[in-house]
Amino acid sequence: MNGTAATFDLIVVGAGIVGASCADAASAEGMRVAIVEPGPIGGGATAAAMGHLVAMDDDPAELALAHYSLRLWEAFVDLKEAEFSRCGTLWVARNDNELAAAGQRIARLGAAGIDARLVDAAALYELEPELVPGLAGGMLVPREAVVYPPRVANHLVQRAQSRGARLYAGRRAQSLQRGGVLLDDGTRLSGPVLVATGCALPALLPMLPMRARKGHLVITDRYPGLIRHQLLELGYADSAHGDADSSVAFNVQPRPTGQILIGSSREFHANDAGVSPSMVQRMLERSFTFVPRLRELQALRIWTGFRPTTPDGRPYLGAVPGAVDQWVAAGHEGLGVTTAPGSAKLMLDLIQGRRAAIDPAPYSPQRMAA
Amino acid sequence: MREHYDVLVVGAGPAGLAAAQAAASRGARVGLLDAQPRAGGQVWRHDVRLPAPRAARRAIDKLQGVEVLVRHSVVAAEPTALRVETPQDSRLLSFGALVLATGARELLLPFPGWTLPGVTGAGGLQALAKQGWPVAGKRVVIAGSGPLLLAAADTLRKHGAQVLGIFEQASADAVRSFAWQLRQWPARAWQAAGLRLRLAGVPYRFGSFVREAVGDDAVRGVEIETPRGVQHVECDLLAAGYGLVPNTELASLLGCALDDADTHPRVQVDSLLRTSVANVHAAGESCGIGGLAVARIEGAMAGLMAIGDTAAASAWMPQRDRERRFDALLARHFTLDPRLRTLADDQTPVCRCEDVRLGALAGFGDARAAKLATRCGMGACQGRICGAALAELGRFPRGAARPPVFPARLATLAGLATLPSDAYRGS
Amino acid sequence: MSAVVRLVVNGHPVEVPAGASVAAAVAQVTLRFRRSVDGAPRAPLCGMGVCFECRVQVDGVAHVRACMTPASEGMQVVADA
Repeated sequence: MNGTAATFDLIVVGAGIVGASCADAASAEGMRVAIVEPGPIGGGATAAAMGHLVAMDDDPAELALAHYSLRLWEAFVDLKEAEFSRCGTLWVARNDNELAAAGQRIARLGAAGIDARLVDAAALYELEPELVPGLAGGMLVPREAVVYPPRVANHLVQRAQSRGARLYAGRRAQSLQRGGVLLDDGTRLSGPVLVATGCALPALLPMLPMRARKGHLVITDRYPGLIRHQLLELGYADSAHGDADSSVAFNVQPRPTGQILIGSSREFHANDAGVSPSMVQRMLERSFTFVPRLRELQALRIWTGFRPTTPDGRPYLGAVPGAVDQWVAAGHEGLGVTTAPGSAKLMLDLIQGRRAAIDPAPYSPQRMAA
Repeated sequence: MREHYDVLVVGAGPAGLAAAQAAASRGARVGLLDAQPRAGGQVWRHDVRLPAPRAARRAIDKLQGVEVLVRHSVVAAEPTALRVETPQDSRLLSFGALVLATGARELLLPFPGWTLPGVTGAGGLQALAKQGWPVAGKRVVIAGSGPLLLAAADTLRKHGAQVLGIFEQASADAVRSFAWQLRQWPARAWQAAGLRLRLAGVPYRFGSFVREAVGDDAVRGVEIETPRGVQHVECDLLAAGYGLVPNTELASLLGCALDDADTHPRVQVDSLLRTSVANVHAAGESCGIGGLAVARIEGAMAGLMAIGDTAAASAWMPQRDRERRFDALLARHFTLDPRLRTLADDQTPVCRCEDVRLGALAGFGDARAAKLATRCGMGACQGRICGAALAELGRFPRGAARPPVFPARLATLAGLATLPSDAYRGS
Repeated sequence: MSAVVRLVVNGHPVEVPAGASVAAAVAQVTLRFRRSVDGAPRAPLCGMGVCFECRVQVDGVAHVRACMTPASEGMQVVADA
């Protein structure tokens, strides 16, 4: 097996939504691409994700990447595999304080070019009759959508393969080497390497800190029309971007199938993939306070996943500090599905030495080397 | 709210009934759970029109000192407690010892037309008829494999169905040889002879199987492959079952080792019916398909083991071993014809919950990859039907069970945190 | 206990023997219990609560397994809802 190493223009390690997007973008530019994935395509955080395409506005850099990516997602609207459903996002305000804060968010989103509207209480119940009485109103972001991430990742890998990319399925990248990568079966691939292994990043790039942030999701049987928008509480960012050891937030999604996906929970220091009854309880009780009808619905499955989380919450997108021809695209936490297409474009611009459409500086892995 | 039982028995079929009675006979507090509305399991399922067999009446009506908890569905499991859901609420039942008597389900294999209304399992239609499903005057084709076909035909005829024929996939030689060997088990042989006598007027064909069901909004007829060519039969109902598959989901959730030497896993037990998990015992069909007699013996043994009476349980061992030898006889003579694995075409739905067609699964080597890309096995049955079918078709085995072991209300899942420790096994 | 139970399936009055299942009651009216994801009609397959093909709406509650549910007096059942 140690004969001449196969040579590529780019070796993408990891076929989650981010790696798959990078492989797709590279192959579209005519590059000879290798994809290395030990498990199913999109089988990690991609499979566990909700698939909500959403712009968070509390970090300007994240907002820029999200907005850039949301425009790129428009190319997937008619793709069957994406199961793209433009349900919009409805952020729910429990009281006037939260509603007032929503006004500021609408301004920030508007400045970034994202349409968001204030919704009063009457309009809120017209949009979502099952919401608990007594809420103050909300913020509607009508163009946002949901997709089915593992199928998108599969589609992207297949598209790359149709352009000549080579998939090393069932193979693990054992180590990065000068000018290439060594696989677990002894195969050596040579060429520039892009590491997109999410939570598994430290195995190959231990100098880039990464923590796994566990989440739970529950999916129900089909109840078409019961919930119409992706629903979140306006306090969601406190859970998503806070650093609490564990937190839950109301985050409920209508799948195009009529199923309802219920989240969300966040836990550091929870390393086993087992379902935690107490987190499920907290998460579901939270959702019941906003949509009491949920209590009686039939749940089909519970699953867990791990979000790859960097110390500052921003992904690593760029050159690996101190290395030649090594690139990294990982650490998107809960926004990997939303920002995968923009991340891939950005990576290709950096790799090809082009000027990027958005400022790459905030995502540079160099920030950890400082 | 938490209730404690010295012994909890899951499944109120013959094995569970025997286990509960054996454990309760020494004064233990025993709970007998079943998701169905009545005790009896599948073989002793209550019939709305016909009287129950005497053994069933004795086992069910004479239960002493056992709390029978019907319509109790197990949702999640812990080493010392089960979370169960009832139509009204959910309960936490803790136990000193647990007996798994979860039985078996039918192996249902895909063929073109198998999703048409009116196509059921063989045991499936038998169960439906016992619950009052209207079969009187209906033309029924029974197909598949194993002795269950005869039992189903008998029940259906007693309910007034016109059974057009029983089409057994095993060869005439195999069935003859089976009947001959059956003499080693006189009770079974006697029972089989009685069945054959009652079904004297019904054609019983061998080496024959349904290759397609046809109809628009319901089944209207079937194409039957026979040793003498293809035969078309018009019918109102098709009852097709290919034998039984052990129910191992709860055992898997509890972390019990499964024996997966065969296509369909069974719960692994030692000669005294202990699983690999302390204080968890298993009995009956979930440990391997062997029928009523072995289920009753093993149930009694497991019930005795659950209250610590190893000596009394051991006394049953020779009889149990003898009855268990029947398993191999059954499996050997009703081995499935390889052609049954090729009936479904690319357009045939395999996962009925999510309408995933067989062609969509091409190229997937494991259940999880296929599930993520196609949703195969993601529906309400949680892969119980398609998982067993795909394993039989040689595609890939099913993944491990996760909570909830059956779909459950969100309110029930929200009550899970009252379990004694904060982690499920097997997930 | 009366020997028969009267209930309503898709607006039609139905009588079944006491102890019968909702599935038995529905079958008197229609074999179209539910519609599959692709819109095909489906009816009970396993008869014992594992296949979930017999799901109907019972007294306003969706996705109830008809084969596991005893018919009761005055029940309102909607199949293919």
